[in-house]
Amino acid sequence: MAEKINTYGNIPKEKFAFAHSGEKLTDRKFDDKPIGYFKDAWIRFRKNRASVIAAVIIMLVILYAFLAPLLLSHESSFMVAFYAKKPPRNVFLRELGICDGGMDRDFTEKSLIKAIGIGIGAEDFDGHGATLEEGMASYYQPILEVDEGTLSTSTGKKESMIYSGRIDSYLETGFMYLTIEQPEYEKILSWEQETGIHVFYPLVENNEWNADPTDANNWYKTKKNAPVTITDNGRAKTIEYGPGMVLEDNYKRDSEGNLVYYEYAGGGTLDSALYKVRILYYNYYRYLYDEEPNYLLGTDSQGYDLAVRMADGIKLSILVALCVSAINLVIGAVYGAVEGYYGGTVDIVLERISDILGGVPFIVVATLFQIHLSQKVGAIPSLLFAFVLTGWLGTAYRVRSQFYRFKNQEYVMAARTLGAKDRRIIWKHIFPNSLGTIITSCALVIPGVINQESTLSFLGIVKFSTAKTTSLGTLLSDASGIWTNYPHLMIYPALFLALLMICFNLFGNGLRDAFNPALRGVEE
Amino acid sequence: MRMAKYVLKRIILMLFTFFVITTISFILIRILPRELPQEKVMAALIQARWEALGYNEPLLTQYFIYWKNILTEWDFGTSWYISFRQPAMETLTSRLLPSVLVNLYSLLFSVPLGIALGIFAAIKKNKWQDSLISTAVMVFVSVPSYVYAFLVQYIFYFKLGWLPLQLYSVADAGGSYMTLKMFHSMIAPILALSFGEIAGLCRFTRAELTETLTSDYMLLARTKGLTRGQATTRHALKNAMVPILPMVISSFISILGGSFIIEKIFGIPGVGQLFLMSISQRDFDVFMADSMFYIFIGLLGGILVDVSYGFIDPRIRMGEK
Repeated sequence: MAEKINTYGNIPKEKFAFAHSGEKLTDRKFDDKPIGYFKDAWIRFRKNRASVIAAVIIMLVILYAFLAPLLLSHESSFMVAFYAKKPPRNVFLRELGICDGGMDRDFTEKSLIKAIGIGIGAEDFDGHGATLEEGMASYYQPILEVDEGTLSTSTGKKESMIYSGRIDSYLETGFMYLTIEQPEYEKILSWEQETGIHVFYPLVENNEWNADPTDANNWYKTKKNAPVTITDNGRAKTIEYGPGMVLEDNYKRDSEGNLVYYEYAGGGTLDSALYKVRILYYNYYRYLYDEEPNYLLGTDSQGYDLAVRMADGIKLSILVALCVSAINLVIGAVYGAVEGYYGGTVDIVLERISDILGGVPFIVVATLFQIHLSQKVGAIPSLLFAFVLTGWLGTAYRVRSQFYRFKNQEYVMAARTLGAKDRRIIWKHIFPNSLGTIITSCALVIPGVINQESTLSFLGIVKFSTAKTTSLGTLLSDASGIWTNYPHLMIYPALFLALLMICFNLFGNGLRDAFNPALRGVEE
Repeated sequence: MRMAKYVLKRIILMLFTFFVITTISFILIRILPRELPQEKVMAALIQARWEALGYNEPLLTQYFIYWKNILTEWDFGTSWYISFRQPAMETLTSRLLPSVLVNLYSLLFSVPLGIALGIFAAIKKNKWQDSLISTAVMVFVSVPSYVYAFLVQYIFYFKLGWLPLQLYSVADAGGSYMTLKMFHSMIAPILALSFGEIAGLCRFTRAELTETLTSDYMLLARTKGLTRGQATTRHALKNAMVPILPMVISSFISILGGSFIIEKIFGIPGVGQLFLMSISQRDFDVFMADSMFYIFIGLLGGILVDVSYGFIDPRIRMGEK
């Protein structure tokens, strides 16, 4: 054995040869592209299906927020006060039975006749006396459906019929008195002739058969609000609801029996003379805005298109949230980096400052900033200040702990030995290591900011009052007293807010997992 | 000894922080223009009182007067609008009970339920029960509490008619907040508050318990012959409780502050509502007192959580970074 080993030492020199003589030695190129930090994160993020779906939904909502005012043909400032709090309505979808602007309601006989009367009156533009059938078939008939009626026998009251039905709340507005100037009157007349749509309707006599002269829908003869017909001996006979019901008109007629459509209401010259007219508001709306009322999600409590209003609210929320997280990122990163890198006294002093700031309740800060600054710089900037004052503490804390982890590692020492300056070590060598944490915290800051912003506006601490700026919280706050009668005012903003919050949280969680290399390869 | 030193250090630090924040708040609130009521006699009266109380002195003098009154007479100023000429502190403390009651009931209901659900989800990890609970938790954690409040109102008041829309007044409920009738009207806000609390606690418990369940000492316990149930209750649960309990403690501290949204929606005459009222009615002394109260409970909560960690888990050594 020993001899054999010894023979290895005696191999003749000429038997040796260089293995790679004449070749240039280089590292072999990778066949694949290297997978960097971000690509790695992206691969892991993609595997998280819920987060990807959430990201897609967020994109869609943002798209909606920015495109809705363009697509929905209503501008942000488009407001019709007479059509406030109305449910969703679309002329095309209406034919399919959805978005019909309808509200379920129980009618007494009087209120049912009054509603049906709007449709009959709309057909009876020339006083010929439209029938119930004509009225029910009218395009302007507000009653969408009504049942046979049930006899209600509540104690202590006379028996009465209750009809359950559904009413188009846009058409329900019905007729209205308006005072307009002469040129306007002529303009509408020519529009009427051009389109064949009736806007002007005969004025109503102000006599004993008119229960409420201010209500333009009282066009038929009534006594104590019940429709009546006048018999030969001059007595009133109540008309009951049923087939063949004919409402007797109470139109104003001149001495020759012609219908009166306008009445002088003051003003001197030809141009400024005012006339009182009776209009069908639905058609007046068509004249004014050159379209029928189309509000896909209804209108809000002031009469803005809710879909556009919500888009504005979401836009504001997202812009505020992005601004806040960008600013907080910068401040937090610098502050945390300085704290963590230098340590010692600097760290202690800066930590005390952030301790103090951390003790300030957010709601107190937000309130004080609103009271002091909203008059001077506006509600949104003062809200931003409030968010920024304490919002960066979380980021700073995370960056600081990352710096504590990495600053004593060998590669940092190597960089320092090679003469790198503090700034270079901080930003080039250590900071990239904390990038993942920062991005994650940013993604989770966004839903937090949206939530706090909508909470503050819901509580009325932040007030967005202009036509262009609103917030989902403001919309909900406006709805809070009345939403039981107008559920759409609450449902849609709440739904969008909930959707946005859930998606951002899912997205943030996905990012956090993706940027956490400790979870690499852990397939759950 | 070390613990006592740490607690003392934290308390001194807290008092310092409290002092700095309240000073800033004081300045910001006192430089706001004060409004007088429309009525002339009342306006003159209030103005005279302000003059006498030193509200027209320079800011620094006002500041000294303020602290002197607090330290010598426990006087935090006077409410001028919400409850006329009542001490601000009294206005605040009289509203403490409803806030605390509603939140306490909610916690008593949601803490056991949240932890139980969390434990259940952790044990059934990656089964359908877990994914069901986790999805529900995701939804309930994300959705703001006023959405639940509306939902609770809609279902229990409008659809079923079981609960009143708003809290009964004390007179209606038999002269006290502790009556059964009052409790009945509190159920709706309690429910609205509980959803988020249950979901938050459930998520936290699940995360902590899954981590302990996969630890090596669990494997050891099983190898020693403990059944899964025994190992879970004796080893995993105990360790998982270390971070959960401080969280519960901080929830109990925060019940003092009430909830702004729930108090607004359900008409609870609590401290949160008082805060909003003091802003809208410009009752600045009450606003200052209420702010101080919020700052104080926020700081107190932080300390109690940190200290409780040390009591619950002796391994966590205090005062070391």
